[in-house]
Amino acid sequence: MSLLIDALEQGMVYGIMALGVLITFRVLDFPDLTVDGSFTMGAGITAALIVGGWNPVVALLLGVAGGMVAGIFTGLLSTKLNILNLLAGILTMTLLYSVNLRIMGRPNIPLLGQSTVLDQFRSLLTPIGLGDYSDLVFFGLVLIFLKFLLDLFFNTELGLALRATGDNEQMILSQGVNTDTMKILGLAISNGLVAFSGGLVAQYTGFADVGMGIGMIIAGLASVIVGETLLPTKSFIWVSTGVIAGSIIYRTAIMLALRYGYNFGFKASDLKLITALIVIVALATPQVREKLNLKLGESVGI
Amino acid sequence: MLKVNNLTKKFFPGTPNELTAVDDLDLEMTDGDFLTVIGSNGAGKTTFLNLIAGTMTPTRGRIFLDGQEVTQVPEYECAELVGRVFQEPGRGTASGMTVAQNLVLALNKGHKSLRIGVNRERREFFKEELGKLGLGLENRLDEKVVHLSGGQRQALAVLMATLTMPKILLLDEHTASLDPKNAKKILEVTKKLVSEKELTTIMVTHDMNQAIDLGNRLIMLHRGSMICDVEDGQKEELTVDKLIELFSEKDIVDDELLLTTRQ
Repeated sequence: MSLLIDALEQGMVYGIMALGVLITFRVLDFPDLTVDGSFTMGAGITAALIVGGWNPVVALLLGVAGGMVAGIFTGLLSTKLNILNLLAGILTMTLLYSVNLRIMGRPNIPLLGQSTVLDQFRSLLTPIGLGDYSDLVFFGLVLIFLKFLLDLFFNTELGLALRATGDNEQMILSQGVNTDTMKILGLAISNGLVAFSGGLVAQYTGFADVGMGIGMIIAGLASVIVGETLLPTKSFIWVSTGVIAGSIIYRTAIMLALRYGYNFGFKASDLKLITALIVIVALATPQVREKLNLKLGESVGI
Repeated sequence: MLKVNNLTKKFFPGTPNELTAVDDLDLEMTDGDFLTVIGSNGAGKTTFLNLIAGTMTPTRGRIFLDGQEVTQVPEYECAELVGRVFQEPGRGTASGMTVAQNLVLALNKGHKSLRIGVNRERREFFKEELGKLGLGLENRLDEKVVHLSGGQRQALAVLMATLTMPKILLLDEHTASLDPKNAKKILEVTKKLVSEKELTTIMVTHDMNQAIDLGNRLIMLHRGSMICDVEDGQKEELTVDKLIELFSEKDIVDDELLLTTRQ
């Protein structure tokens, strides 16, 4: 039971990050690797400000702002300097490592004994006897709210223009939309969400670490792909729902691997290896399935 | 409406590969003109359209649209004045989005707000406009464009390009990649929309018959220069044979152009 709750909590808090990855990888068709840096940035800014005595909500929002700036920076590298999109993200991610260390002042900021957003929310729920589930409720509410906002946004004129930028850049350009602005906007929203997730994770786990974002993009991508396999429709509302489900499934799998993996000789340090393998399997599945279908078809004579 | 002065576009200028795609072109069009442009491959037809649409900036010369100079204006700003349909149906529509969503994108050009794109009022408007095409698209508003046929996609692209009443409509061989039946249909749709909305239009085509049938003015490009300009009055008397005669007068041998026309 507690494992399930942990998995749900983690699935939802990292689900916010996965929604950000969805925007760049799928909507904008921009493989953005800024994520590893902007996740840590959100966590680092939030933790540093909380320790500095700031209100945790304000600290979190400033962390989001930091992530958005990181996204805008990648967008400018890509659109104004014409740097290949993959490389633009890697450059930002690399420079953010140093920037994050500057912001944090040290590689690790513990938040023990500090009042966090989660503590504040818990004190609200404890009187009605839900104190034990307050993290779960909080992450659930935040995630549903953000998903709702995104679903709405991607059906507005502006949101549709952003989707069209990823779908057919030439077309939306000849309809008068500045696609550079759209890409920068998409990257800002995406990395804002990623930083939001980072800021919450820091408060959830009780620390911010300069290395906590490493491999985050793969986790996000895994959630997106698992979600797509689950719900292969293409309307945005279902895609975003799938990503959230994907994130929860992914975190459950990781937790099971961590808890029972030692039976098969796994160590905690094998986590990134397992993560990457999960993504590879998920990416390969549709193609393997297609080939199998083809072979089956041949043997039946279709 | 459109005025083009000394328009020149060179690719790779100053290198041994220098190529003059459009060479010192002068052209003036008045409101409501329908100009057809013919020429063989490499004559500079598409480059000419790219220059007007702002996709490329000219090496020399100036372009005025509706009294404004647009020579250096970026494509997305030019698009306020320009409607454009490409040769490939895929280029004018977003395949992963629905018919209605695509039409929303064409509604108010670059001015995108935070209003919900597809609302009831717009759906009615889209249904009405799609109904005029006569392709049954009015019942497929929520279908993804990727599920439409090439002809239907191109019809949608033509509608999207004309929805906001552009100052000028650019058609870049927009029936060339369709089968004859669909090409005919798209041409009908185009004629109808252009005459209904009285749009100033430039249509690039490979097909001499098409170029003669449509519009009130025809120009022929060859190696970036205008070698023939047939205007109102004379154009009605134009036939394929006369055009070929004009061709040979200019000492231009182009099997491809002749072959595609003789089919």
